[in-house]
Amino acid sequence: MTTAEAQAGAAPFLSLAGLGKSYGGVRALSEFSMAVGRGEVIGIVGENGAGKSTLMKILGGVIAPDTGTIIIGGVAHAALDVATSIAVGIAFVHQELNLFDNLDVAANVYMGREPRRGGLLSLLDRRRQNALVAPLLARVGANFAPQTPVASLSLAQRQMVEIVKALSVEARLVIFDEPTSSLPLAETARLLEIIAGLKAAGVSVIFISHRLHEVEQAADRVIVLRDGRLAGTLPKAEISHDRMVQLMIGRDLKPHDAAPPPGAGTVVLSIRQARSRAYPARPVDLDLRKGEILGLAGLVGAGRTELARMLFGIDPMLGGTLTLSGETLRLRTPADAVARGIFLVPEDRKAAGVLLDLPIFENITLPNLPAHAPGGLVSRVLQMKTAEIQRANLAIKAPTLATQAGALSGGNQQKVVLGKWLAMAPQVMILDEPTRGIDIGAKAEIYRLMRWLANAGVTVLMISSDMEEVISVSDRIAVMHEGAIAGFLERAQFSEENVLRLAMGKTLSRTVAA
Amino acid sequence: MSKKDLGLLTLIVVVGVVVSILNPRFLLPINISNTANMVGLFGLSAIGQAFVIITGGIELSVGSVIALIGVLFVDFIANRGIPWPVAVLLMLALSVLIGLAHGLLITKLRLQPFIVTLCGLLVYRGVARFYTQDATAGFGFGQNFPLLSWLTVGRSHGVPNSFIAMLIVGAIMWVVLHRSVFGRYLYAVGKNEEAARFSGIRTDRVVIWAYVICQLLTALAAMYFAMYTGSISPASQGNFYELYAIAAAVLGGFSLRGGEGSLGGVILGVVLLQELQNLVNLLGIPSSLNFAVMGGVILVGVTIDQQWGRLRDRRRGAGIAGTTAKGGWFSRIVRGA
Repeated sequence: MTTAEAQAGAAPFLSLAGLGKSYGGVRALSEFSMAVGRGEVIGIVGENGAGKSTLMKILGGVIAPDTGTIIIGGVAHAALDVATSIAVGIAFVHQELNLFDNLDVAANVYMGREPRRGGLLSLLDRRRQNALVAPLLARVGANFAPQTPVASLSLAQRQMVEIVKALSVEARLVIFDEPTSSLPLAETARLLEIIAGLKAAGVSVIFISHRLHEVEQAADRVIVLRDGRLAGTLPKAEISHDRMVQLMIGRDLKPHDAAPPPGAGTVVLSIRQARSRAYPARPVDLDLRKGEILGLAGLVGAGRTELARMLFGIDPMLGGTLTLSGETLRLRTPADAVARGIFLVPEDRKAAGVLLDLPIFENITLPNLPAHAPGGLVSRVLQMKTAEIQRANLAIKAPTLATQAGALSGGNQQKVVLGKWLAMAPQVMILDEPTRGIDIGAKAEIYRLMRWLANAGVTVLMISSDMEEVISVSDRIAVMHEGAIAGFLERAQFSEENVLRLAMGKTLSRTVAA
Repeated sequence: MSKKDLGLLTLIVVVGVVVSILNPRFLLPINISNTANMVGLFGLSAIGQAFVIITGGIELSVGSVIALIGVLFVDFIANRGIPWPVAVLLMLALSVLIGLAHGLLITKLRLQPFIVTLCGLLVYRGVARFYTQDATAGFGFGQNFPLLSWLTVGRSHGVPNSFIAMLIVGAIMWVVLHRSVFGRYLYAVGKNEEAARFSGIRTDRVVIWAYVICQLLTALAAMYFAMYTGSISPASQGNFYELYAIAAAVLGGFSLRGGEGSLGGVILGVVLLQELQNLVNLLGIPSSLNFAVMGGVILVGVTIDQQWGRLRDRRRGAGIAGTTAKGGWFSRIVRGA
């Protein structure tokens, strides 16, 4: 049935028929068919665990499907291997940038395919390599040289390197795997341009993203995966945010709880002239009010995470003052912050948020272990009690509280991180990119929890690069630009345009800022 | 030469100047020549170690292999009448087998390098001692091998041939590490093995080769050490030599996490270590403090390096969210090497 739908081009570049893959007893992909026409941009969406990564691994030749056929350029394969996948012209731009930051740009682009000289000695021909890479960099509008060490590039620039890599193999199909999750706002537009350029050159594109807004803009056709199966295909005319969500979760999603108007909450945490190590010359002034969700927007590198690190006592404040409910704070370590009820849900959940190898109950009670250790001996009973309260509180979905945190889904891991702080009466809760890499369904729950916290009188500071999120969740938005607060937006002023203008260092247009 | 190599070289010169002021005998040709000989011997094994460390691995069996190959080599040529060139080839073949075994265990069975080579350290030492029944292996009275002796313990215009051998091996390995495709793969595998595999690189093969190269150079060093000491006590020959090699690499800017380091760096590291050793002797510091002095200097050096790297990251890193300092003076070696 899907082959009929796939009449995008005369002969599709790639078609998949009846692909299936199981891990143990779990079916990651079943009876999946699709086709990609030449020069067609296909958006693939689905919740985490819907089978997207399995599909990509099959196309990349990393795993072999159990059933089905892969037809590329008229040739049928039961499975690809990495070399074949590269040879037929499939290239990936990965979600986690797989670059070697100990090498330079050109070395990364030609990794595994180095131009050689010296015959059997197989020496690197660096001059030729640089000469090959330079025009490709120009083509994507990169402002750095082939010899630049990758370590000195920004996230957006690193992504350009990945794209150049795809161009250098003269890829016929470029697969973008969550390309915009690390690229906020302005850089995203550039990426969409590059995709349009690829399409114009007859290259097929598969665009996988959680950011439905961008899928809407980029894709000619959207394929929705759910539970390892094809949930539906949307032709260009039918692509819409709501349709995609509906197909992804198999039902309509309730809109986020409408935020109540911000009460005139009293100032809980007052930041004056705070200077961080990253931007020592750009002091920050910010007031956080009781019971509000303050969204902190800005480009990557604007200093938002640095601000959070300062407020949590990770990095020292080079100057300025912090006042919490009238008391001047001096935070030397995170322990100082925790003692005052200032908690951080960090950006990198897996590295800094949860201890993946430890069970849920250990994670939840870790910051407050002394309270669970009468006489200095840790009591499992007390730990379980606290953990159980938080599980019920946050609806953490896990077989038991002894389950390792690493075995949970991203959304549930995030709830465990929240749970460990909720168990300790938070005053100020800082959430850095709280829904990155989390399912749409779980996102809504996290938003609900944030609102619930705010209603309970907790001050919530949410750092987010996701526009839709900042605008729909915040009571007030502060936008950072190059280390300082560029401006504030009240609810009536909320718009993508306004956030962007401030983030880029411009002022608000007069009509809106009235 | 990278900035960090330059820094290390400066340190070597400064220490040299200070020592020669305190004790002018430091500059006597015979002292310099002896130190160069030690640099040659330890340099050979340190270069090998460097190849393994770049992949993010470690080779702890070096000292024991130096003992095992030492007793076998001397026994073969002194007692069993095997022509020495044949014995050399046999030793090199044995070392390839050892390296292959380590590499296969690490890549195919996914054992940790530390464990595999720690077991190697114990096994080869035991085999060496068993082979001679704990007796010392040595040459008989009047036995000599003129060409072999010249190659190993001889001198050309006062320069020890061991040092020259190390320079030749160093030059070859420099090309391999910094100019060949294989060398590039070593850095890639050390930095991110999975990404390297997904780039179509046969990462297992790269890692196995690293261990084979390490053992080959270790065997070469073992024969040089054997000829230098003349008699080999299997229980003590080469003790701790793997640690000298690792220390030299670390001083030379290698990261034990892999992916960082240059050939020039490891050789400068060896030079600095031997200079310190020489300093202990010349300045009348009790030789029992030998290890303590070296350990202290390495710790200070690595600490300064780390802090320097952090400072530089901080200066440059404005804008990169949440950067944590890593690497050192010359973490970005490859292009400058």
